Amino acid sequence: MSADGEESEILRDLAFTLEAGTFTCLIGPSGCGKTTTLRILLGLDRDFSGTVTMPAGNVRTVAVFQEPRLLPWRTVEQNVRLALPPGATPDIQPLFATLGLQAMLDRYPSELSLGLERRVALARAFAVMPDVLLLDEPFVSLDEHTAERLRELLIELWRRHAVTVLMVTHNVREAVQLADRLLLMNGRPAGIVGDVAVPMERSKRSGDRLQQFLDELTRNHAQTVRA
Amino acid sequence: MKRAPLKLLSVLGFFLLWAIIAAAVNSPDVPGPAEVGLFVAREASSGELFYNLAVTLSRVAAAFLISLIVGSAIGIVMGQNRAVDRILDPWIIIFVNLPALVIIVLCYIWMGLTEVAAVTAVALNKIPNVVITMREGARSLDPKLSEMARVFRFSRMRTIRHVVLPQLQPFIAAAGRSGLALIWKIVLVVELLGRSNGVGFQIHLYFQLFDVAAILGYTLAFVIVMLAIEFSVVQPLEHHLTRWRPKPA
Repeated sequence: MSADGEESEILRDLAFTLEAGTFTCLIGPSGCGKTTTLRILLGLDRDFSGTVTMPAGNVRTVAVFQEPRLLPWRTVEQNVRLALPPGATPDIQPLFATLGLQAMLDRYPSELSLGLERRVALARAFAVMPDVLLLDEPFVSLDEHTAERLRELLIELWRRHAVTVLMVTHNVREAVQLADRLLLMNGRPAGIVGDVAVPMERSKRSGDRLQQFLDELTRNHAQTVRA
Repeated sequence: MKRAPLKLLSVLGFFLLWAIIAAAVNSPDVPGPAEVGLFVAREASSGELFYNLAVTLSRVAAAFLISLIVGSAIGIVMGQNRAVDRILDPWIIIFVNLPALVIIVLCYIWMGLTEVAAVTAVALNKIPNVVITMREGARSLDPKLSEMARVFRFSRMRTIRHVVLPQLQPFIAAAGRSGLALIWKIVLVVELLGRSNGVGFQIHLYFQLFDVAAILGYTLAFVIVMLAIEFSVVQPLEHHLTRWRPKPA
């Protein structure tokens, strides 16, 4: 349902399965329904027909939103601790250390740069040790240097915590650098139009090899992927 | 702290102006600050002043708390639920436009000349204003933060305390500020009409005796009490609650 009250179908026949512990990127043009897909997975959008099946047991799904969505009236540390389940007191200092936030714990979000706020949002998501982590273009409107640093941190945290990641992005280069698998989304209503594995090792995803892969991807999915 | 002397000077200026006018008019109907001060001192030493101030203050506190709690509850529900808003909106408009005097008189007639009737009358006068302010606050709650709280499975208490209340704080402060001022004015009318103690009753008493020094004395004493509350409770509390806001350089 759009703001003017008109009903429109955004997604149709959208189906995919995520392997536990893998890193998947959802790519597609702006406004095609990637964020809606995440909102459905998060249970924030109930206006759909279909099913979302999570693994058995108490599965924790958390998100890093497009905007950091921190509580402005709580400090960095309080923002992270408030997200923890009641009674849980894990040692989150190493996490703060990894993300370079130790000196910021008593600051309020308004005192931080966007890049730092994004780090806090990452810390908050990882502190709860989720089974599934959904990220919605978490690095947009950052300078390339900061974005690159945060991507490295994300991969480091993902490795350490063995979490299943689904990240929405329209930055194809970023997706190819990070993911095990790319899900390409397009159409109106949108569905999955491509499912591409990224076979290279992460350390080798640079220079010519990365460019070659990107070129091939762009050629095969010209409608969806624009390098 | 540069502002403090300026404020003090302004207050001194007020008393000076008052003294000059009183001296110029030179009538028992316009007593100067000295006469009023003398009355306040006399009334204070007899204990009468503090007793009546305490009685009025407790009525103000009771009516303030009741109207803030009831008004907030109704306002927040109205701000969050369109159907409830549509149903209750005409009621709010009716109550906000009812003259204070009508509510007070009806409360005394229906509930008797009791303490409960007095406090109820004051609260009923204030509740619609609180509802309107808090409804505005509830409408402006950020859905993005509510979603965040849901995704991170905040408990209801945690959501209210850390997500909702901080967003409502400026509206609560606004309702409280205007509330305190309005309530104490209405409390005096309520005391005048149907109570046998409190500042309002004393003013009524001294009005019949045409004792202007006493009337001004009680007024002054209560204004000082309200100022003390503003500076010792309201402002430090507000400062504490808004500590996270970026400070202008």
